[in-house]
Amino acid sequence: MLKSVKTGLGLACVLAVMAGCSSNDTKTDGQVEVDEPVTETAVETTDFETTEPAVPLENVVYFDFDQSLLKPQTRELLIRHADRMRAATGSVRLEGHADELGTREYNLALGERRANAVRDFLVLQGVDAANLEVISYGEERPAQMGSNESARTMNRRVVIN
Amino acid sequence: MIKSLLKTVVIIAIASVSLGARAQLVVDITSGIDDPTPIAVSPFGWSGGGVLAEDISGIISSDLRRSGLFSPVPKEDMLSFPKTPEGVVFRDWRILGTEYIVTGRIEPQSTGYLLTFDLVNVFGQHKMFTKQVRGGQTQLRDIAHRAADEIFEAITGIRGAFSTEMVYVQEETRGGKPSYLLMRSDIDGARAKQIRRFSAPVMSPMWSPSGQELAYVSFETGRPAIFRENLRTGARKQLTNFKGINSSPTWSPDGTKLAMVLSKDGNPEIYVLDLVSNKLTRMTRHFSIDTEPNWMPDGKSLVFTSDRGGKPQIYQLTLASGQVDRLTFDGDYNARPRVSPDGKTLVMVHRNRGVFTIATMDINSGRVRVLTETTLDESPSIAPNGAMLMYATKRGDKGILAAVSLDAGVKYNLPSQRGDVREPAWSPYFE
Repeated sequence: MLKSVKTGLGLACVLAVMAGCSSNDTKTDGQVEVDEPVTETAVETTDFETTEPAVPLENVVYFDFDQSLLKPQTRELLIRHADRMRAATGSVRLEGHADELGTREYNLALGERRANAVRDFLVLQGVDAANLEVISYGEERPAQMGSNESARTMNRRVVIN
Repeated sequence: MIKSLLKTVVIIAIASVSLGARAQLVVDITSGIDDPTPIAVSPFGWSGGGVLAEDISGIISSDLRRSGLFSPVPKEDMLSFPKTPEGVVFRDWRILGTEYIVTGRIEPQSTGYLLTFDLVNVFGQHKMFTKQVRGGQTQLRDIAHRAADEIFEAITGIRGAFSTEMVYVQEETRGGKPSYLLMRSDIDGARAKQIRRFSAPVMSPMWSPSGQELAYVSFETGRPAIFRENLRTGARKQLTNFKGINSSPTWSPDGTKLAMVLSKDGNPEIYVLDLVSNKLTRMTRHFSIDTEPNWMPDGKSLVFTSDRGGKPQIYQLTLASGQVDRLTFDGDYNARPRVSPDGKTLVMVHRNRGVFTIATMDINSGRVRVLTETTLDESPSIAPNGAMLMYATKRGDKGILAAVSLDAGVKYNLPSQRGDVREPAWSPYFE
């Protein structure tokens, strides 16, 4: 009984974000409170009941060269991550990376700055900072090998683990 | 007369913690000065039995050629192979345009070899010196490099650095899994050997001023941490384990301190760790990235990279006062400074029309000079004599090491036959 309510709530959260609503900032702990809109949306979308419990979110966000500014689409994605993190327990690792351009030690700092930007945004969304661990690999662990712009685009990133 | 000119140089064995020979780096000279000095290293005599394991005169020729300042005469062009100054027929060498001749004799000794070699000036028709170098059974290459140092200095007035070494990082992938090797080799790339193998990234190797220790950053604990390692004994110690970045260790000129970068207080700042008292002092206070410290030769200030002005530029921090002055103004990306031994020249990574090159800057005048024309050049490291620097670049997608003289006249590549190589660190002199 309780389980099915939880699933419904999770789905409702995803749907709420998809619809562009801002999430409510009440923290869900063990006790589940069922509001009207939650049950309403859950009932409306019968086809989603087979996908279980929620579609995995893209866990990599990308940056421009020598930048740690979050792009608009990154912010949307991070809001969805924040919703999940508030509901979950356990810590999350934010791995900052840089492309091969520029010096290695500076890129180590740049990777950390990017991961910090993601952390700060998540904290603003109500995620407990104590659950977020930042680590930078700089340019030492590229996602894609190769000295070309498409590889560099994929390497300027923060991985949410 | 001859006796007074006779000087014996004894090579002290440097024990290494090597784990077998590795793939070597092959020298490929891409440019030299327009008018290199013609010199002939006549094949040396050998009074022992069998054949020597190394071609000593050949190694000396290669060293001199790699400096870019000399054009050694090929063996095939020599009309005779004199072993002593008395055997030199000056007319034969003048025809070839040879300005200097080196003659030499190698003798077996109970524990190794003794090389006696002479430097002869062809046009002046006189002997400049006779010297001796002694070395152990495994030190034939050391004997050759030491002799090359002596010849180089006698002719150019610049101390030779052929006997120095380098460390670098080599990345290999086996079965889809990367390995990171901390490597050590002669400065010509020969005798490359593994110091240590890691399964997580290793970076920023730096020599201690004595040449006996390294400091580097390893991710083996799951996050970047600074280690120091004794090359003689293999003893290793983790120096830092702070939250966040622990990076860019660099020894003070007197070897008693280590400047480093820590982000434990929120963002990357420069710290100095006193290796005697273990006292850690924070040197910078700024919300920007402060990183890549390097000491001025007098030990009184540090140069470092900061983006406090919006873009990475190089600054100087006076330790006593804490005063910070910006040094670079030319271009929108200047980073990873290294200071020449005389403290007059800054070597750095400089973005020039969108590409990353190695450049020098005269600290007094601020004049910048681009030394390299490849596009992904980084990690410059200066020779202890200040004549050349080694750096990392890419050939295709492969990381290689290359060298350039500080006046940009001489260039050569040291491509690795295996894996990607990067982050060369030129050793100090081994006294």
